[in-house]
Formats: sequence, structure tokens, C-alpha cells
Amino acid sequence: MTTAWTSRERPVAAVPGWILGLLAASLSIQIAWQATGAEPARDASDLPRAPAAQVLRLAGFGESAALARLAMVWLLAFDSRAGNAIPYQKLDYDRLAAWLDAILAVDPRSNFPLFAAARLYAENDNPAKARRMVELVFARFGEDPNRRWPLLAHVALLAKHRLHDLPLARQYAAALQRQTTDPTIPAWARQMEIFVLEDMNELEAAKVVLGGLLATGKIGDAEERRFLQSRLEEIERRLKAGPKR
Amino acid sequence: MPASTVTIARYVLIETRRSGLPWLAADCVFVALGLAGFLSQVAITEGAALQAAAAAALLRACAIFLVIAYVAASVVREANDKGLELALALPISRPAWYLGKLLGYACAGALLAAFFALPLTLWAAPADLAAWTLAVAAEAAVMAAAALFFASALGQTVSAIAAAAGLYLLARALPAIQAIASGPHAVDSTPGQVARWSIDAIALLLPRLEGAASADWLLYGAPPASALVQALLALAIYFAVLAAAGLFDFSRRNL
Repeated sequence: MTTAWTSRERPVAAVPGWILGLLAASLSIQIAWQATGAEPARDASDLPRAPAAQVLRLAGFGESAALARLAMVWLLAFDSRAGNAIPYQKLDYDRLAAWLDAILAVDPRSNFPLFAAARLYAENDNPAKARRMVELVFARFGEDPNRRWPLLAHVALLAKHRLHDLPLARQYAAALQRQTTDPTIPAWARQMEIFVLEDMNELEAAKVVLGGLLATGKIGDAEERRFLQSRLEEIERRLKAGPKR
Repeated sequence: MPASTVTIARYVLIETRRSGLPWLAADCVFVALGLAGFLSQVAITEGAALQAAAAAALLRACAIFLVIAYVAASVVREANDKGLELALALPISRPAWYLGKLLGYACAGALLAAFFALPLTLWAAPADLAAWTLAVAAEAAVMAAAALFFASALGQTVSAIAAAAGLYLLARALPAIQAIASGPHAVDSTPGQVARWSIDAIALLLPRLEGAASADWLLYGAPPASALVQALLALAIYFAVLAAAGLFDFSRRNL
């Protein structure tokens, strides 16, 4: 049976043998060349300098949201080129912060850059590098507190437990409580400053903050109000008992 | 090399000279010079580097696009005008005709690369510029072979240009795609594995363009001779693959 397709093609036997040989040989060499060619080793710290946000916007040709996310994907994959056993440890964090800043400027509504900063890059054993990331999250928190509060809460915990910097953790927790206005933000986040103050043994300050929180009437839930009232009473008891040794 | 192949290549070059390609190439040079002049006014530092990088990147893209568009349009027009049947009615074998066309287009690409290198002499060192020109000529030859293959196989100008341009863009972007696919955040699931294998398999069938003819060469110096030879060799291999695939397809076609 002859189909329309086969009628358009001559049989393979019509092709000169040397062409078949050339095709097979060149294809084999191409595949072997590509399969064996090693990527040049690159140091993970060679993250290029971040471009200005305007340049990135220009590169997106108006597709800022897509560009910002693709740039983040590229940035996240960057150090994998170096065969780096410990991801991100070797990256230049000043450059990394500049990249995250630029990407965030391209699409300020994207959560991606600050999420990566807080949840990924800040999880670095190097305290200076981790601090660079938590500072970045805090610096950009004020632009959109009601959406970025989970990230600030996370870096506040990092500051407390990883960096062991309670004043820094308190600063973040206080900013979270004062700058957010969304009533759906959970109580634990809004009350974080109180717990940090207790850990700092700053009981007077904790009492003021907790009392202030209760006085604002923001606490709508009766159980929550009762719980916070009990915390306030406990702080007052501890204050009466004298400083903890 | 058969004399008929050389003759066909010569006629391709004559056709190129008489077409609008030289004028378009001149326009590209004027645009690149205009862009460089504009950038020199706005750059507060690294003015010469900015001009060289922007002009080189623009001219490289122009060279590739012009070669692809010219080859695809020329081949399809010749087929539509029945010029192909007329040529094959002469005592010229199909491989000789195809190779002659390929040689002619590759030479046209090399001439275009040399022409585009002229304005860059304003900013680049001669040795670095020579390496860049050689690499752009090789890249243009590969894309001429791709455009000839697609135009010959598909028979439509737009389809051929789209296919060749797509091949070029994919080859340029593939190293970044591979890095992302195998990055530390790649999902370790079966679909993820399949996607990675597929990307690696595609990479085996594409040329390595990411390291060839970068504007970096004009700013920071061309790569060592061994790296340059390696890059050119990779392009030569792919040129041979496309030539063989085109010859195979052309030999099987019923005309």
C-alpha cells in the first residue's frame, strides 16, 4: 500500500551511502562531544553583580512578574553550577542581597525574594551572612507589613535562636506588632515581643507591652484575652518576687 | 570538492550581493553605531566598554537573524520559482547542489561577520576582535546550515525562520535551563527526573553556543587559543550534523 506520505519520500536506499555515513558519524561525534564535555568549574562566590532594577525591568519587556520569578529561579539555581557541596555557603551575600533587592523592586508584590532570603539564605551557619539576610527582610518589611509579617516573624525567631541576639529579635517582634493592621494576623505573631522580652528578663517592658496590647482592645477572642491576662498577672508576680537570678 | 559545488556557492554569493542583505547589514551597523553614540552620552563610567559590549551583542544578534532570514527566504523563493527543478535538470547531483548552497551561505555569513567587526575596531583590541569575528562567522555558518535544512525540509519561509530561530534561542538558553533543572531545589519525583533526562537528551542534540562569540571577549580578552579551538570545533561538528541531515532529507525528497 502506498500512502500519501511515503509517495513524497524516496526510499532510504536512494540516499548515497557516504551521506548516510556522514550523518551517522557526525551525529555520533556530536552526542559524544556533548556528553563528555565538562562544564568549566565555577566558584559559587562568583555571583555576578546585580543589575539595577530599571535594567531588569527593561529586560522583562513589560513582563515584570514573569521576569522577577524567572530571575529568582535562576538565582536559586546559581550555585548548583559550582558543584557546591554546601549550598549557598560560598555565595557573596552582599551581591545576593543586591540581586534580591533588584528582583523585589521589579515586582514588589512577589513574596519570592524575601521568602528565599528568610527561609533559605538566612539559614546559613555563618552568622554574618545570616544577619545580612534577616536585615534585608526587616528593611523591606515596612513596605507591605500585612503581607510580609510571616517572614519577619520567622527572622525574629532566627535572630533569637540562631543569632542569639535578643534585642534584634525584640526589634523585629515590635515592628511586627506595631506596623501590621490586618486583624487576621494570628495572636502568637502579634504577641511575640512579649515573649522575647520575658526571655530578656525585661519584665517591666513585657508588662507594659502586654498591658498596652490588652488596652487597645485588639484582642477580640475571650480565651485569648484571658490567656494574656494570666500572662500579665504572672509577670506582675515575678516582678514582685524580685529579679531572677 | 566538485567544481559544480564551487560554482553554485559563487552564484549564492552573487545573489547575496545583489539582494537587500548588504543594505540591511549596513543599516545594522548604523544602528549599532547610533546605539553606541547614545550610550556614550549616558554612561557615567566604562563608556568604551559599554559601547563595545552593546554594539557587539546587537551585531551578533543581527548577524544571526539576517543569515537565518536570508537563507530561508532565498531557498523557499527558489523552490517556489521552480529554480530548484531547473538546477537539478542540469548535470548537477543533489549533494553537489546542496553543498554548494551551504558553502555559499556559510561564506555569506562569514562576510557578514567580518563586516560587523569593522565598527568594533573602534573599541576592541585586534586579537580579541579577530577571535570574536571568527566565532561569529562559525556561529553564522551553523545557523545558515540550520536555516537551509529547515527551509529545504519545511518549504515555508515563516516556519523555517521560526524553527531556526527557535533552535538558536534554545541552544543559547539550554545551559541555564540545565542548571535550573538540576539545581538543589529540583523536585526529586518521577516527572522531575523525566524532565531532567529530557533536557539532558535535548542538550546532546544541540550546539554549544553559550561560550561562543560573547561580548565579554572584547572587554576582558578572548579566551585562550585552546578554548577558542574547542568552541570552534564544537560548532564545526554541529555544522557537519546539519549538513548531513540536510543532505539526507534532500536526497530522499521526490521532486
